Amino acid sequence: MFTEFFQRLSVWEGIDTWIAVTGALAAMACALPGTWLLLRRQSLLGDALSHAVLPGIVLAYLGVSWMEEIGWLTAPATGSGAARVAEGMSLVARRQLALFAGAALSGVFAAVLSEVIQRWGRVERSAALGVVFTSMFALGLLLIRLFADRAHLDPGCVLYGNLEATAFNRLGDTTIPQAVIVNGGMLLVNALLTLLFFKELRLSTFDPDLAAAQGMRPSLISVALMSVTAATVVAAFESVGAILVIAMLIIPAATARLLSDRLSTILLLGIVVAAVGSVLGHVMAITLPAMICSRLGMPQVEDASTAGMMTVAACSCFLLAVFASPRHGMARAWYERWRLKLRIVREDLLGSLFRREEAASSQPQAANQQATIGDPARLSWFQRLARQSLIRQGLVESGSHGDSLTESGTAAAQDLVRSHRLWESYMARHFALPNARLHDTAEKVEHFLGPELQAELAAELDQPTTDPHGKVIPTPPERL
Amino acid sequence: MLNSDIFRVLTLQDYNTRVVLCGTMLFGACGGIVGAFMLLRKKSLVSDVASHAALPGIGLAYLILEALSPGTGKSPVWLLVGAAIGSASGLFCAGLIQRTRLIKEDAALGIVLSVFFGFGIVLLSVVQSLPTGSAAGLSEFIFGKAAALTAADVTTIGVASVIIMLACGLLFKELSLLCFDDAYAAALGWPTWWLDLLLTTLVVAVTVIGMPSVGLLLVVAQLVIPPTAARFWTDRHSVLTIIAGVLGSLSSAVGILVSAVIPRLAAGAVIVLAGTTIFLISMLLGTRRGILWNWLSQRESHRRIGQLDLLRACFEVLEREHSFTSSPESDPATMPLSFEQLQAARSWTASRLRSILSIAVSDGSIRQGADGKYRLTSEGMRLARRATRNHRLWEMYLIHFAQTAPSRVDREADEIEHVLAPELVEQLEELLEQDRVRTRLPPVSPHAQLT
Repeated sequence: MFTEFFQRLSVWEGIDTWIAVTGALAAMACALPGTWLLLRRQSLLGDALSHAVLPGIVLAYLGVSWMEEIGWLTAPATGSGAARVAEGMSLVARRQLALFAGAALSGVFAAVLSEVIQRWGRVERSAALGVVFTSMFALGLLLIRLFADRAHLDPGCVLYGNLEATAFNRLGDTTIPQAVIVNGGMLLVNALLTLLFFKELRLSTFDPDLAAAQGMRPSLISVALMSVTAATVVAAFESVGAILVIAMLIIPAATARLLSDRLSTILLLGIVVAAVGSVLGHVMAITLPAMICSRLGMPQVEDASTAGMMTVAACSCFLLAVFASPRHGMARAWYERWRLKLRIVREDLLGSLFRREEAASSQPQAANQQATIGDPARLSWFQRLARQSLIRQGLVESGSHGDSLTESGTAAAQDLVRSHRLWESYMARHFALPNARLHDTAEKVEHFLGPELQAELAAELDQPTTDPHGKVIPTPPERL
Repeated sequence: MLNSDIFRVLTLQDYNTRVVLCGTMLFGACGGIVGAFMLLRKKSLVSDVASHAALPGIGLAYLILEALSPGTGKSPVWLLVGAAIGSASGLFCAGLIQRTRLIKEDAALGIVLSVFFGFGIVLLSVVQSLPTGSAAGLSEFIFGKAAALTAADVTTIGVASVIIMLACGLLFKELSLLCFDDAYAAALGWPTWWLDLLLTTLVVAVTVIGMPSVGLLLVVAQLVIPPTAARFWTDRHSVLTIIAGVLGSLSSAVGILVSAVIPRLAAGAVIVLAGTTIFLISMLLGTRRGILWNWLSQRESHRRIGQLDLLRACFEVLEREHSFTSSPESDPATMPLSFEQLQAARSWTASRLRSILSIAVSDGSIRQGADGKYRLTSEGMRLARRATRNHRLWEMYLIHFAQTAPSRVDREADEIEHVLAPELVEQLEELLEQDRVRTRLPPVSPHAQLT
């Protein structure tokens, strides 16, 4: 299987590198504004924006093709290599500027419109967004159909982009795709803006009121963030399309959020996840579908949409983070819960052994009947595991009459039983509970009383020596 | 296009147009009805996620059918089943992601939407490279093919719509309570979890039956726009649901007819834009929350407040200048008021005062004499006495029961005096009487006594 994987991967060429780089740059550029949107709980705004910019883009495309017709945007056929690259650059810049302008205009229009609907019509926020972005998206699709022969826009491309084709759309005579320049430029701009306005963005995200009190104008920052998001979406648009760009906005940011609690780390990790996800996506696109389909009897399948696979790869990173994040992962939570459970069962075993020995010392004949408490055959598998670890650590030793506590085991058990009985005394004094009801709560609380709380309880109760049931409250040797 | 062709389309003489119209209108009605619940539950965009998440379901259904027996991949029923499974698992995943607690609802929905769609795109590109599968049959699900709906499609849509509407009708009370106050519903012992699941199922069902006609990208519009538009016309949930259904099928009908007349327009997009037009009209003209209606009623209350302020000012000027007692016998016609006196009474600009006065004159509460002075009519006097009385009652109330400083009561009373209902005035009188402040009651101003 691995040989097949590497065999399929060996067809990797220069163009594959450019595809991966283009995708990675687009994803990295999106990850920065995406993180802010995620933290502001406005992720769906990215969704809405990526739909709403469509009519603007179509109109800009029409404008660009009109400009090409009148000769504004055509490269001269002659000239030296360097001059043609420079000319090519300025062409890309002019063309992209037109697209940016169109998209930014319709993005801002959509934002203002949904604000107006929300405020004047008193419509709930997500409904207002829904009305605006579906309407504008429908308008964009309609425009594409109407001017299909002039704008060279394919509705399919609009949705899921054509990363493979954009990599062939090169800059002048070089092998560098135009999309690399555009998305790379956008990444630089976003990184610069994030660095310059880090303080403002951070404060207005986490505490808009405080930001306003410091004279920062959070609404202006929010509008600026929206414009930058719109521009980033447009830059990535040609490569990955309107819907997959949502994945690039949200998923790296969400993954990074699961991995860290520090803002700067989240921003950096988001970029890293975006890059990794994109490269992984292209690798998966040219290997996995063929490997799976050839086994299903469909050998014709060679590869699959890279942009689509990039979202799948990014999602795999996200799922990995959900599972294995060091701080918030499910694996960590399970492990913590398991450790806590083990500790409680171990302590309960110690406690029951202590009580048995305590009873044996006062009534020797009763002890023989209870000798089976430590009988391994009557324990659950988890209790057996706990018992083994107690024996291994030398807190319990097993003998012919069942288990018994060692010296250090007795000390640990005394500490626990002290917690238990102190808590019972405390409850008896301060809560109007019958004595029979004290045990159950104490059984839970005993595991969580540290030495400080024990000392406080003892002081509060004037250093008691017996609990409400008349049993002695033990004192571990080191506290004497 | 010839006029006769347009006439043919609009009078539904084509069998095809009738079939298509029937199918899309049924879907429009269902979308509006189910969307009304989602609007109240503030989860309008859930159906967006449901529709995008359907794509991998469609792709997988096609691939499985092709793998089992080549050539059967485009069976519409199985593709719809695949779509439904895709949507449902998408919404399920969104629920799971939210359980991490760090990723909130918006991000969870966005992640599911884009990842499922991305995976769907991967599957579509795989389908495309199969010799049997031009993805044409599948991309119809993305963009819709309303014009090419067949009678069989419409039968499927019809049966599903009837089931959806029946479910909404039979469980209307339960679903409404879920939307308005799910905690209360849970406290009453209703199975809110199951009701929520039912509502989600309904959303998935509507989304799926809408896909063949408007396409999965725009299905959400039929669940969001009609209910939001209906909200401008009513405050009652049952009426809202019905209006939303009607508006939904209306926008479908308009969209289908327009796109039948102008063949280059894609029906799905036109249906959505027809809905948008209906929305904008509703927002402008709606009788409950419409902008125009709000503006008119605001203007009316502004005008009323201006009149009451004027009458009270007249009363207070008369009280000061003519030191009259407010016994009903005193004749207002004998007490002229000059423009300057009135303007000094409140911070009116001359033009504002002039316009208020002209309204008062046309209302008949004030007369302008030949000497240019103004006099209250007897009706005006009655109104002025009442306005002043309300103002002072409220001032007394504020002083005696709300511990407001006497220097501030005038401003606060100013804001509330216009909305005191007669019953409230009675209550105030009773309250103040109990407190034995009857002797200080209006028309004596509390300020007069304090100074």
